[in-house]
Amino acid sequence: MKKSIFVLFAAVMIVAAFACGCTGTGDVTPTPTVTPTAAETTAAPAETQTLLIATTTSLYDTGLLDALKADFEKKYNAKVDILSAGTGKALGYGENGDVDVMMVHDRAREDAFLEAGHGIDRRVFAYNFFVIVGPASDPAGVKNMTPEQAFTTIREKGLADPATVKFVSRGDDSGTHSKEKAIWKAAGFNYSTDIQKSGEWYIEAGTGMGATLVMADEKQAYTLSDIGTYLASKDKITLVPLVSEGDVLLNVYSAMQINPEKHPGVNSTIAKDWINYLITPETQKTIETFGVDKYGEPLFYPAAGNWEKIGVNQSEVEDPVA
Amino acid sequence: MGFIIDGILEAVHLIVTLDPDVIEITALSLVVSLTATVAATLIAVPFGASVTFNEFPGKKVLIQLIQTLYSLPTVIVGLLLFLLLTRHGPLGFLGILFTPQAMILAQTILVLPIMTGLTITALSGVDATIRDTILSLGATRLQFLKHVVREARFAILGAVALGFGRAISEVGAAILIGGNIYGRTRVLTTAITLNTSQWNIGTSIALGIILLGIALIVNTVVTIYQQR
Repeated sequence: MKKSIFVLFAAVMIVAAFACGCTGTGDVTPTPTVTPTAAETTAAPAETQTLLIATTTSLYDTGLLDALKADFEKKYNAKVDILSAGTGKALGYGENGDVDVMMVHDRAREDAFLEAGHGIDRRVFAYNFFVIVGPASDPAGVKNMTPEQAFTTIREKGLADPATVKFVSRGDDSGTHSKEKAIWKAAGFNYSTDIQKSGEWYIEAGTGMGATLVMADEKQAYTLSDIGTYLASKDKITLVPLVSEGDVLLNVYSAMQINPEKHPGVNSTIAKDWINYLITPETQKTIETFGVDKYGEPLFYPAAGNWEKIGVNQSEVEDPVA
Repeated sequence: MGFIIDGILEAVHLIVTLDPDVIEITALSLVVSLTATVAATLIAVPFGASVTFNEFPGKKVLIQLIQTLYSLPTVIVGLLLFLLLTRHGPLGFLGILFTPQAMILAQTILVLPIMTGLTITALSGVDATIRDTILSLGATRLQFLKHVVREARFAILGAVALGFGRAISEVGAAILIGGNIYGRTRVLTTAITLNTSQWNIGTSIALGIILLGIALIVNTVVTIYQQR
């Protein structure tokens, strides 16, 4: 899977290099005759620009990004290419200047990334929640506990009886894996000594969310999932959500552009356009309604108007990038 | 560029300090792929011999089919076995999905065609006069087979080495069937995939060096034996 994405990525880059011959927008002269439909938004440049986004798997696998990109491509005469990867890999791509924009969900590492000067213009555009899912029979009996209590109980029962109580971890340094580690910490455990190598009950899958859910289902185990991927996989697996309440389960998605001063190759203009597009009222409305028809509930909530609730500054949610 | 150099330095460190994780992953890789190679050899050599020395309708088609399966994509083996072994699948009751046993099964299936095909080529390549001589000396069927296989042993060994190489280097089936579970089904190739996705470039380089090293050792041993 990852291999094929890499090959695709290489192919896209080669094609883009030949077709465009330019990386920045400096070479592009805006078309003097703007089509009437596009005039109301932004003057679309004559040449199609390519925006390369590295994203966390949840935004891609749920189909949200595809829904958002179609409209953007039309408005800005752009082509949006999406690299779906765990947060760890997405940040790596960003550090090397391999992409223009990153869309991830791991506040602590995002802050470190910004501080190191790799990224700028972080904007929060959506949020939802993580859920602890498990077998409907709930062998550890964690239903409706707090996340910390639930994790503590799963560990206890898993250590005592690994045949019936198991936990599958992403184990891949993704945003979801970071969140899982944060919950273990909040529950008072040292991740590497109390959890990681503590026994048969704890399974480190080392793969994406969808595959982890399949593995947890196969093993009738508990796991932590973002609600979007869970809902999108719900029909294929038998696991049910058991714990979905608790501040620690908040999942905040943000976008930032890769610092063009550090990586002159990135396409900064279109990157800014994309970030600003994400926080427009229209896009926020799209996010709010996305998936409701299909899953009966929203997969994501818009960040606009909810900045207090998700603990970020108003400017991070509403101020357009200059 | 700095990150590549850092990665190589870290790789050297991980290898010379015998990092326990690296050792464990390497050991599992070797166990899974060697077992699969032995299992495939035990099937491929007798099967290849019976195809070579028996005349039956459809023999040419069968050989053609075996040769076509040389390029059997690993992810297809992975997919087929996944469908069989998943809890809801026909062999789900075995409960071996995401275990080393399932990975051995996948790799055995994967390398069988190439080992069978090359065994057939090896046996067919034994000089006709040698075959006639063995027969004219009044060898029984079993003695005949024993001697022809002995004659072709270097070529068959080459087939085994190639099969092992394909087994240990494949990633598609290993990740679909093994699931890349830490400490249980994580092998060199899936660990490289994961570590690259975590941006642990050093670990990836270290594991890559080990993987290449294994290939080098196996081929050197085979070559030395063949030239003896």
